[in-house]
Parts: sequence; C-alpha cells; structure tokens
Amino acid sequence: MNAEQILLDPTSERTPTARALLARPASFDGLTVGILDISKARGDVFLDHIAARLGERGVGVKRYKKPTFTRPAPTELKQQIATECNLVIEGLAD
Amino acid sequence: MNPLPNGLIVVAKRECPTCLLVEPVLRELADGEAPLTVYTQDDPAYAAGVGGVILDDTLETSYRLGIEIVPTLIRVEDGREVERTYGWHRGDWQRITGRSNLGDDLPELRPGCGSKTLEPGIAEDLTIRFGHTGLQAREIKIGDAEDPIEACYERGWSDGMPVVPPTRARVLRMLQGTTRKPDEVIGMVPPDLVPCTVEKVAINAVLAGCKPEYMPVVLAAVEAALIDEFGMHGLLCTTMFAGPVVIVNGPVARRIGINSGVNALGQGTRANATIGRALQLVIRNVGGGRPGEIDRSTLGTPGKYSFCFAEAEDSDWEPLSVQRGYSREASTVTLFAGEGVQGIVDQKSRNPESLAKSFALSLRAVDHYKLAMAGDALLVVSPDHCRVFLEAGWSKARLHDELTALLQLPGDEIVVGAQGIAEGVPAALAGKTIPKFRPGGLFIVRAGGQAGLFSAVIAGWVASGPIGSTPVSKEITA
Repeated sequence: MNAEQILLDPTSERTPTARALLARPASFDGLTVGILDISKARGDVFLDHIAARLGERGVGVKRYKKPTFTRPAPTELKQQIATECNLVIEGLAD
Repeated sequence: MNPLPNGLIVVAKRECPTCLLVEPVLRELADGEAPLTVYTQDDPAYAAGVGGVILDDTLETSYRLGIEIVPTLIRVEDGREVERTYGWHRGDWQRITGRSNLGDDLPELRPGCGSKTLEPGIAEDLTIRFGHTGLQAREIKIGDAEDPIEACYERGWSDGMPVVPPTRARVLRMLQGTTRKPDEVIGMVPPDLVPCTVEKVAINAVLAGCKPEYMPVVLAAVEAALIDEFGMHGLLCTTMFAGPVVIVNGPVARRIGINSGVNALGQGTRANATIGRALQLVIRNVGGGRPGEIDRSTLGTPGKYSFCFAEAEDSDWEPLSVQRGYSREASTVTLFAGEGVQGIVDQKSRNPESLAKSFALSLRAVDHYKLAMAGDALLVVSPDHCRVFLEAGWSKARLHDELTALLQLPGDEIVVGAQGIAEGVPAALAGKTIPKFRPGGLFIVRAGGQAGLFSAVIAGWVASGPIGSTPVSKEITA
C-alpha cells in the first residue's frame, strides 16, 4: 500500500442514528397538541388558524415560541414541550 | 529500540565533512574493547574497514535513536543509553569512549551536520512509518489506481473545486503550524453540533490548500464562527445569500501574506483563497452543512467558496480590530455574515461631504432601497477614496457618524406600497424617520490597490443583529 493512498477522514465520522417515527394517533381524544411558532414572519397566521380549528374540535392546545428562527430551539423549551404535549405542530417558512 | 547494543554507537553520513573527519577515530574505536556499532545514513562504504557498519538508509534506527545531528556518539550500558554527544568535540568523545588520546591529531571542535531524518518532508514520513502519529481521524484506504483528488470528490469532501488529498504526512505538517494539541476540542460545529478537534481543522485546512503557517488564523476563524452571537447555524441554513466573511487585522496578515491591496477581495492570493475556504470546509465536512441539504440558500454567493482579506491598515485610520477593543499589535479575525461585493464608483468627489453622500446612497441598496434595520453593512474604502477623508481630517469614526446621519430615511418613501412598490417597511412607520442600519450595524474597513476611486459595499445578512448574526472577533494566538 502506497502511503499516499491513505487519506484522513475530514468529517465528524458520525453514523446517523435511524429512529422510527412514532405511531400516528387514531384520534386527538385526550391528547394535548403543542404548537411551536419558530418566529418566522407570518408563521403565526398559519398556526393561529390551526389552533382555532383544533379548538373547534375540543382539542387541548398549548402555544410555544422560539426566540428566533435562526437558532435551534433552546433545550429548556424542547423539554417543556416534550413534558406538556403529546403531539407538536411546527410552522416553517414565510 | 530496546535493548540497544551495548558499547558505543555512532550515527553518521558520508556527505557530512565532520563525519569524514571522524572516520579515522572510528577505526581507532573499532580496535578497542568496547563493541562499536556504526550506522551510516547514506553510503555503505562509509568507515570502510570498520566492523559493525550498518546501512540505515531507511533511517529507521536514526529515527528511533532520535538523531538530530551527525555524527552522534552514544554510549550504551545494559541495553540503555547512558550518554551521547554530537558533532566532534574531542573532550566529549574522549570522556564518553574512555579513550584519553582519542583523535588527538584532530581539531578540538567541529560542528556536525543535520541528520537525514530532519530533511524537509522526511520527518513526517518517518513518524508515519516508524513512530506514533497521534492522529485519531479514521484512515481511509483508497485503491492503488484511484486518483486521490477524485476519491475526495466522490466522498463529498469538496466544495466543487479540487481539494488537496489529506494524507497523514500533510496533516502532520499542517499541525506543525500550531502549538495546540491535535486532540483539543475547539467547539461544537453546526449544523450537526458535533465536537471539532484541532486535528479535524488541520485535515480540512489541508483540503483547502492552506500552508501550515495559516493554521492559527484558520483556528481563530473557526472558533469565531462557533461563538453563539455569530449564529453560524442560521447563516448556513438561510435561504439568503450570506456566508462568513473573514477580515484579518494585525501583524499576522503581513507575516503570512494575506492580501489587503490590489484585488484584495478577488482571486490570486493563496492565504485569502484558502483560509476562508478552510472555514467553509469545516462547516461542510465536520458540521455537515452541505448546499441543497441544510444549506438552503436560494442563490448563494461566490464568497461561500472563500471570503477572506486583510484590512489595509493606515496609521491615521483606526483599524477594525482597534475599534473592536484590541490593540494595534494584536492579530485578530473578525467574522461578518456577508453577501457579495457591490462597487461604488465615484471618480469625481474631491471632498469628504460629497463622497460620504455617494457612500450613503450606495449603502441604501443593502437588502432593498425600501428596507431598513435589517441587514448590516461592511463598507470597504479604497486607499484613493480614503485619501479624500484623510486629507480633510476625517477619521473613520467621523465617516461612520456622518454616514449614520445621512442614512436616516423618510418613512413615507419606504413603507409598503410607496413609490408603487409593494415591498417596504411596515405601514406604521409612515411619517417617521427610520435609520437604514441598526445601531452598530455599519462597519468600515480600508482595503484595495493604490489606484482607483472605487469602494465597495458588502451587504450583511438580512437577519443581522441578535435575531441572527452579530459580527464577532477573536484574537489569533496559536
């Protein structure tokens, strides 16, 4: 083996973890839906509409908001949502 | 080497005059009681007639003995080295060999020559063959017939242009450019937020084509990009144009040749081309930020290959680094989330008032003439334009203040719908005066060739400031 034919990996060498999606619930009965606004312009228009429609169907809704769309959600916020909700809807795009 | 042959060891090479000088001494020693082993790095006929001459043309023994100078004389007892000297110093040789008359007819002192193990390009290969590189990155063996540059493309390590294949020898040489340990973690690289070591930065610096002496600047640039205020994650992911612009201040720029003069924002200078590229490749390869995947830029900008230049510092104009709190003697990088280069052509203004108005008018184009308080701006003032201000006694701070005053925009003209254009600032701002830039959102540097009444605006990311990216600086140390 020519030494020049060995290269060093410039990547993080991570192996992506494959995680199965959770099973889709058959109904909203007894479930709390979190709605996460990522603070992208006009995302609230869409999410307000979704919240209203869920409310009409008697579904429990909790609203959350990221400080800015340019950064991942703070860990505390993610933990809060995971603790308080069964489902989450996130709005992306303008 | 354990154990070593007992007695005396001499390591030499024929091309060294001092080694030739001591050849008769070796013959004297060969007749003595202590066993003598001579390693010759080049010529098997060196010290002809002396028993126990071993050719060390692979340099394995020289490497394992840590030889830096030839000739080196070592005394070994019970398989362990007890004393060594190098070059020819009669007293030392007599003491170590226990031969009080050794080389009495030779001069008292002659310096030796460099060991072949230390010739350029050799040391890293010897470490790879006989030592411990200490490198932790995964080794990827490619086929003997495979083109290494193509192999890098196929593995997705390139920004589209050829990369320098990151062999172990090149990475070891790159690591010589910093005193920092290869396994030091310098931070978490977005978007995947994975730990990044000095070694990984070095590998990507090799890919980018950096010289080892650029490493401290590359490390500072990567560390700056990882400061939370810079918002590298969002900057990478955005549909907007911007990418990190690396501005270098201080003595390091001249030392390693970062261009601040002719064509400073263009091609042709290795340091400019490769330092910015190394930062981008770290984001791509370590962070996992690849265009079309998590990098969603609608159009991008050529600066996302590499965008690095130095400020052409002038004694009468405060450098960016000093404005940001560092001394003039400090070397720094400042990262700005910038788009492309928009030229300002003004060949007629001969007084600072006229030229400042020209600049202000051009700066209004950042993002859109009818948008404000969004993207920052980096104004690059050429030496010819700077002279107009200097001759009138305008400091950089004065120019900044004058521009800020000139960039107070009438809300009526820029609200949505005004001038028959739907885009604009919110209607509620009608009747008000709106600053074009957020407070602290306008940056000025001096750069460019000596001829040309042209300056430039580098528009910032529309999400400038706490919402997205705030420029950050870092001192370049090691």
